[in-house]
Amino acid sequence: MRIPCPICGERDRREFYYQGAAVALERPDPEAADDAWDAYVHLRDNPAGLTRDLWYHEAGCAAWIVVTRDTVNHEILDAELAGEAGR
Amino acid sequence: MRFSGWKVFTEGLTGNRGWAPHWRDPEPKPEYDIVIIGGGGHGLSTAYYLARDHGLTNVAVLEKGYIGGGNVGRNTTIVRANYFLPGNSEFYSHSLKLWEGLSEDLNYNVMHSQRGLINLFHSDGQRDAFARRGNAMINQGDDAVLLDRDGVRRMLPYLDFDNGRFPIHGGLYHPRGGTARHDAVAWGYARGADRRGVDIIQNCEVTGIDIDGGRVTGVQTSRGPIRAGKVAMVAAGRSGQVAAMAGMRLPVESHVLQAFVTEGLKPVIDHVVSFGMGHFYVSQSDKGGLVFGGDLDFYASYAQRGNLPMAEHVMEAGMTLMPMIGKARVLRSWGGIMDMTPDGSPIIDRTDIDGLYLNCGWCYGGFKAVPASGHCLAHLLATGRPHAAAAGFRLGRFRDGVGLMDEEGTGAQHNLH
Ligand SMILES: Cc1cc2nc3c(=O)[nH]c(=O)nc-3n(C[C@H](O)[C@H](O)[C@H](O)COP(=O)(O)OP(=O)(O)OC[C@H]3O[C@@H](n4cnc5c(N)ncnc54)[C@H](O)[C@@H]3O)c2cc1C
Ligand SMILES: [Zn+2]
Repeated sequence: MRIPCPICGERDRREFYYQGAAVALERPDPEAADDAWDAYVHLRDNPAGLTRDLWYHEAGCAAWIVVTRDTVNHEILDAELAGEAGR
Repeated sequence: MRFSGWKVFTEGLTGNRGWAPHWRDPEPKPEYDIVIIGGGGHGLSTAYYLARDHGLTNVAVLEKGYIGGGNVGRNTTIVRANYFLPGNSEFYSHSLKLWEGLSEDLNYNVMHSQRGLINLFHSDGQRDAFARRGNAMINQGDDAVLLDRDGVRRMLPYLDFDNGRFPIHGGLYHPRGGTARHDAVAWGYARGADRRGVDIIQNCEVTGIDIDGGRVTGVQTSRGPIRAGKVAMVAAGRSGQVAAMAGMRLPVESHVLQAFVTEGLKPVIDHVVSFGMGHFYVSQSDKGGLVFGGDLDFYASYAQRGNLPMAEHVMEAGMTLMPMIGKARVLRSWGGIMDMTPDGSPIIDRTDIDGLYLNCGWCYGGFKAVPASGHCLAHLLATGRPHAAAAGFRLGRFRDGVGLMDEEGTGAQHNLH
């Protein structure tokens, strides 16, 4: 699997650290109820199909990247910098 | 049809023409007391123990594919009870005891082979951790022997002991650990449940879960609607999607785990051996293939195939540990989809929906759990109370933070397991 880093271009999967579903971009308010925090930290949509994951270009430019990917065939459709990815 | 030495003998003399199908192929009935979604190891064993222990036989197991086509037939067949944390340790101990009588109980040879399992360690810190684990195993009533370097050398002379980076300091030996024939486990439970009246329905995909006023009333399937008093979701890697049909999100992310097997060789590896630093484990199947694997690929996947980086990593670890393995040709590799929970431990519990039960989160270790998982879920379904051995496997533990079982000690976070 090759991941297209918006800064470095297409790179081998080995250069990246996988964080999981891109929920980290939707952090609840610190005062939010337990349910909101449980959903954020633990519960996942876990789709068979299109998903948005967070990857860290650890052995590259050190950017956090939101990758749009198909979990059924490993095809990568899009990659954008996490800082620029909307909510 | 019962298996016996006499039956095998007479069939051998008469051209093996008297063997009958091992289970029926019934049409789904319009209604059951209990419907189990998923005909993997866990779903089938649940049905078997519902019938055997609780006399509940108006039960159907609905499988979207064929029996044994999921992870129960894709794993590397290791069976052990070397867990450490309360909650896990008594459960896997319970499971191993069930394994030890399984072939006889099912009248089906699951080829449970207690060839012994050795987890190697490579540092002083790891030795201490393994000594502690061994003590916990003995306390839970199982067996463990701490081997020093020479002890390991006597048993596994073919390892590279002086590897510069990962010298072998010793190993934790679990004599009752070993392997079992995975397909036979599925087939044996299917046959055992079928013989007691349970309907095993293949090619029947559940496409919806019917809920009325907070209570489950049945399921929609590719073969029509089926009403049910209780529904158990036992879909392993597909748990997330099955639960979504009931409007639930689970603390589960599905990942791919690969396995590899070589061409058949003469007996060369007598035990199950795992390499504590390089994420590699290996055993030899009864057919002669070296069966080995390592870590998850570590990203969400439903592809049932892996990627090259992990394949290379596993091969490298194997070569580091036992250079002789380089002479064997890899015959094939495959992937299975694991339902990973944030703490790496499973869930057997009721849900907030009346009559709807959940069995999932077996991660990469659920094959050894097949007997106890079914035994405990059947107990919960039949009596309404959790079985003592599985009382820690609660769905709510992530939300309230009480009773997390982070066996690996890496933290209760999705991408770490
Ligand atoms: C490569 C690999 C190696 C492993 N090695 C080991 C090991 O050495 N030791 C160990 O203990 N564990 C191991 N495991 C883990 C173990 O295999 C799994 O945890 C366990 O098999 C999962 O439970 P199961 O057998 O019920 O799953 P499955 O056999 O996957 O059963 C789930 C079933 O649900 C069905 N299903 C899904 N959705 C639906 C639906 N909508 N309707 C109807 N049916 C549905 C699926 O078709 C499937 O048959 C390994 C796994 C893999 C992939
Ligand atoms: Zn980059």
